[in-house]
Amino acid sequence: MSDNPVLERAERFLSALRHCQVLGIAVHEAVPSGLTLRLPYSTQIIGNPESGVIHGGAITTLMDTTCGISTVCVLPEFEICPTLDLRIDYMRPAQPHKDVYGFAECYRVTENIIFTRGYAYQDNPDEPIAHVVGAFMRMGKGAQGDGALKRNIQGGA
Amino acid sequence: MAALNLNTLVRQAHEQNDYDSLISLIPYAKLIGIECLRLGDDVVFRLPANKDNIGNPILPALHGGVIAGFMEHAAMLHLLMFMGIPHLPKIIDFSIDYLRAGHYRDTYAQCQVWRQGRRVANVAITAWQTNQTEPIATARAHFKVDEP
Repeated sequence: MSDNPVLERAERFLSALRHCQVLGIAVHEAVPSGLTLRLPYSTQIIGNPESGVIHGGAITTLMDTTCGISTVCVLPEFEICPTLDLRIDYMRPAQPHKDVYGFAECYRVTENIIFTRGYAYQDNPDEPIAHVVGAFMRMGKGAQGDGALKRNIQGGA
Repeated sequence: MAALNLNTLVRQAHEQNDYDSLISLIPYAKLIGIECLRLGDDVVFRLPANKDNIGNPILPALHGGVIAGFMEHAAMLHLLMFMGIPHLPKIIDFSIDYLRAGHYRDTYAQCQVWRQGRRVANVAITAWQTNQTEPIATARAHFKVDEP
């Protein structure tokens, strides 16, 4: 048995998402109370060529992924949970040449919906660059076509 | 990098009906592969199907963050192209509703500026794939449009 099954499931989940591999997103920390992913700074995700600040779309991808995968922190087994909606409020611009971390937690889990919230930060979680809330739909255990991915993410369980 | 002369670039793009130079300024837009199509007075943005944009390997479907990033960037380009803003608008907030799975195929987006003030603009964005009347996502965004 692994010391941290939540971390292993988060890492397997993330490794299945091709666009996240393109951006180089990695699991920073995964514990039952929440998930933190890291988006490395790179010139390919710049949104403002004058300042080198990264594009809001890359932050949205980081936070959509963090909120989506944070469901493994609360669900006993893997379920497909598509995003219903996502809102991002930008507190301050990200600083260029620095990685961005995304944290998310599930603060309410119902039979059908998972409500998540989180924030993106660079050096200091107390000075976030963005706040986010997102709702995710639970498709249920028998969702069509999730068998192979589920086995993969559960680790063959 | 030298300061961008966006007004000149936008004017040239309109005159030549070629928005590639405007789009290639922004590395993120090149990464996911945004295109801009002029249809009379209207403009439609296109995101060609690209394996690197996939988020859900089962369907397969585009990553929700890519759909959002495409829509956010479409809104920013729309403001640049039609509102005479001489610098890059800055995102304040972005809110998206996912209505259908974004399958692995070409995606389109169109924007509506509901309000352009001196400092802030409000833009609504709709994205679709096979049929414009069946959007895969709707979003709205506020941008800061005064001096950076």
